Amino acid sequence: MWSYAFRRVLMTIPTLLLVITVCYLMLHATPGGPFDSERKISAAVLANLQAKYHLDLPLWQQYLYYLKSLLQGDLGASFRYADWSVNDLVANALPVSLAIGGGSLLLSVFIGVGLGIIAALRQNSIVDYLVMLIGNLGSAFPSFIIGPVLIMIFAIWLKVSPAGGWNDFQISYMVLPMALLTFINISTIGRVMRGSLIEVLNSNFIRTAKAKGLPMSTIVFRHSLKPALMPVVSVLGPLAISSITSAVVTESVFSLPGLGKLIVNGAANRDYTLVLGLVVLVTVVAVVLNLLVDLAYALLDPKIRY
Amino acid sequence: MSLLQVKNLGVQFQTPDGYVYAVNGVNFELEKGKTLGIVGESGSGKSQSVLAMMGLLAKNGKATGEALYNGQNLLTMSPKQLNGIRGDRVSMIFQDPMTSLNPYLTVERQMTEVLQLHKGMTRREAKKRAIELLEAVRIPEAARRIDMYPHEFSGGMRQRVMIAMALLCEPEVLIADEPTTALDVTVQAQILSLLKDLQRDFGTAIIMITHDLGVVAGLCENVMVMYGGRVMEYGKSDDLFYHPTHPYTIGLLGALPRLDHDGDTLVSIPGNPPNMAHMPKGCPFSERCAHANAHCAEVLPLLEAAGNHSSVLRACHKPVAELQIIKEKAHV
Repeated sequence: MWSYAFRRVLMTIPTLLLVITVCYLMLHATPGGPFDSERKISAAVLANLQAKYHLDLPLWQQYLYYLKSLLQGDLGASFRYADWSVNDLVANALPVSLAIGGGSLLLSVFIGVGLGIIAALRQNSIVDYLVMLIGNLGSAFPSFIIGPVLIMIFAIWLKVSPAGGWNDFQISYMVLPMALLTFINISTIGRVMRGSLIEVLNSNFIRTAKAKGLPMSTIVFRHSLKPALMPVVSVLGPLAISSITSAVVTESVFSLPGLGKLIVNGAANRDYTLVLGLVVLVTVVAVVLNLLVDLAYALLDPKIRY
Repeated sequence: MSLLQVKNLGVQFQTPDGYVYAVNGVNFELEKGKTLGIVGESGSGKSQSVLAMMGLLAKNGKATGEALYNGQNLLTMSPKQLNGIRGDRVSMIFQDPMTSLNPYLTVERQMTEVLQLHKGMTRREAKKRAIELLEAVRIPEAARRIDMYPHEFSGGMRQRVMIAMALLCEPEVLIADEPTTALDVTVQAQILSLLKDLQRDFGTAIIMITHDLGVVAGLCENVMVMYGGRVMEYGKSDDLFYHPTHPYTIGLLGALPRLDHDGDTLVSIPGNPPNMAHMPKGCPFSERCAHANAHCAEVLPLLEAAGNHSSVLRACHKPVAELQIIKEKAHV
């Protein structure tokens, strides 16, 4: 299994290189540059700035410079925030996104799987309809609508939570954004879990388990949970990645200083190194998550061995 | 009193197109240590009859009548009571060994849980007993193989595991729902002789559901022929095989391919089984029966003694003597 994991990580190198190259070219193809602004900068200052960041060199040389520093683990200096390296910016923003995104994902796995089980066992009952309703709401409404609605209810009407902002991992600031992401994730996980458990409960080996006289709890938890979790694990990878990318919206709604905010600002400011650095980060995370999903399959299904 | 008494068993399914009557008015008895064969085509209701007794009908299915195990009605007891009986006193093996074992659990787990549940054994004791049973069904290296997953066994081996699992608590009744259908012929023979030996050793009564008449002839004392959810003929296998009295049974026997028979055409019963949602008012077989007349299509024949000192009960309007002529033809 470890050699499989190692090979999988090696295989990400070409993927990463391709992603970086495409992003690099796209960024440089967008009109405008990092030092365009309302205020005119003198030609001499601009030339100096460009020289400092190697912007005066041909594109391919800039690209090689970038790759070289990347290999040393250096994401480069931010074009916009002169005193900051991209590494520092990411190091500050990552924990925020990780706490909100990772926390809500963990929460939604437990709640989503739980609700899915209840809905599957009580098919066509009130609980089932409720779970399906949550599922449909969460899939139908985008987060930039649910987010402000949450703010309206809990921050403005009930005044039980701040409307947004961040105060060094203080829980009260984390509740609403986490609730939003959890709600959206539950809608997917709950629906998938319900469907797959219903299917598993109709399979032949569950009929065998019933014929053996096993109580329903054993049938569900020992005989059905693992197979029913397979599709949930499959959606978990994309879901985790989308909690990073959808952070762009969530963090804007709640003014959180996370990766999403960085990426929005970076793109607006043509902060080449910052945007590229974040793209590299997200790509690596995506690859690692997909690897984890594949390893989780092997953990659940004895037929899968690497 | 018989071990198992089934009285007027019926199975209905509620579908969007109305009720489907899959099984109607089935009666039979099973004595201790004896074997009953239930024969019929696909969709004749033979599987649904036993699934109803085991409480394993699909969600939209409903069973009526009585299935008395030692006097207790299996159809009306609480799920908890039923769980105390199934797997312990009455157990079942299924048609498809490839999908009937849980692919996510080891054979050990799937076997020991039965003994832990019904016999209150510790897992270690249960494993020891499970290995004994695997040896009894002639699985080589049972002690090593018990820790494997089902996909590491072949189809025939998996069916052996199923049989071992069903026999763990030494049940009084073993229901085998087409246990050999999914297996190739040589393995079929092994499994059947295994069942025969185990029945001798454990004294288990068996209900053998099959569409293979050869299986019935080799294994069963009594046989029940089903068609369209109804019993067509019921009696001792010897009587029924040597002197079939129902046109459907005659047709089934005539359709058996024979090695000692010249000619390369395979005999079959013309037509298809009836649609269960639109059953004919009278005899379900009337549409395909060579002897049927208007009366057969209108009035349901009742199961009555065939006479001639035979044990056989038959559901047919036509007198036995009238059918003999056709039977002779079928055997030419």
